[in-house]
Amino acid sequence: MKDQGKYQALTYYQLMEVSLRELLVEKGLVTEQQVAATVEDMRRRTPERGARVVAHAWTHHEYKARLLEDGTRACEELGLDVPALKLVVVENTPQVHNVIVCTLCSCYPRMLLGIPPDWYKSRNYRSRMVREPRAVLAEFGLKIPRQTRIRVHDSTADMRYLVLPMRPAGTRGWSEERLAALVTRDSMIGVALAKQPRSK
Amino acid sequence: MIERGHHDMGGLPAGKVKRAEHDYAEWERRVDALAVLMGGKGVTVDERRRHIEALPPEAYDKLSYYERWIVALTQALLQRGIITTGELARKMTQVERRG
Amino acid sequence: MAEPRFRPGDTVRVMKAYPLGHVRTPYYIRGHTGVIERVCGSFPNPEELAQMRDGLPAQPLYRVRFMQNEVWPDYRGNPADVVEIEIYQHWLEPA
Repeated sequence: MKDQGKYQALTYYQLMEVSLRELLVEKGLVTEQQVAATVEDMRRRTPERGARVVAHAWTHHEYKARLLEDGTRACEELGLDVPALKLVVVENTPQVHNVIVCTLCSCYPRMLLGIPPDWYKSRNYRSRMVREPRAVLAEFGLKIPRQTRIRVHDSTADMRYLVLPMRPAGTRGWSEERLAALVTRDSMIGVALAKQPRSK
Repeated sequence: MIERGHHDMGGLPAGKVKRAEHDYAEWERRVDALAVLMGGKGVTVDERRRHIEALPPEAYDKLSYYERWIVALTQALLQRGIITTGELARKMTQVERRG
Repeated sequence: MAEPRFRPGDTVRVMKAYPLGHVRTPYYIRGHTGVIERVCGSFPNPEELAQMRDGLPAQPLYRVRFMQNEVWPDYRGNPADVVEIEIYQHWLEPA
């Protein structure tokens, strides 16, 4: 529990978590060390991992082709451990905009982006993205031109999806590291574009 | 009501997306970890999803993500006989008294 | 492992069925017709895994592409907009 300076009663669900964990430890099914290590593993999985993959694809044509062909293998090539991830990478272009949703629960490429944000798991996003993607994207501030086709990916089974956003103009010659800083989580879900470089 | 699960919401009318997010609390991260670790012992994500889908609709909507998860994981372990209801009852009472 | 019945480009219809149990085929797509976009491999059947059985033989899984116009009669947007969904073979029939 967070130290908030005074005692706070556990909620029913927090009580359930503590109880279940202690029972599993007593039965020898998990250890506190394993729980802590698993929490830390998950904490290390942040959108910076996805951004690294995107920036590498932006700067290496052949890598990009391999990434679109077999996302999992291409991640492993970069030394990212992606256990159990079957990754499909879909590329945004001026002609096609891709966006990801899971209408049944909240499937998400956790190995590359971490734990999904609350809105991704919300009823409003899950219900509406498949039926009115343009309206929902506009609520995110993203206006998709009518002539651009939209591909909505309802991530319902064993694959996980990552959007390869378009490389922003004005970044010719940039290093991968600098490019990766433009790649936001939302741009890899497909509800935003990559950040534009600041003109100086 | 029965032929369409409450969780199976694609295409239904709903409100504007509120772009809320919060930094996950430690207890939420531990629920995630317990689910991962028990997954390694054969408790599948599919089982946990079935238990989430079995929540009453009001609970499904009201509970937060990891609240749903801890309920579903616990149900799955009860069903498999990995823990019993009696053990859980005793442990919850003990933890609550301890504060 | 069950033999794959479909190939990319094949037209398929999703079963219009409403069984009980744990199902990964969304309600809104049942009864609709689409085109196989790719074969994803074979995976233990989640409907069986959810009931604590082994889900074998593994079922071929496909990504199926549906035209938004066909799925939602009142769809507004580019007529070429699509929704793509992973669907297990036992939910698909030739169309």
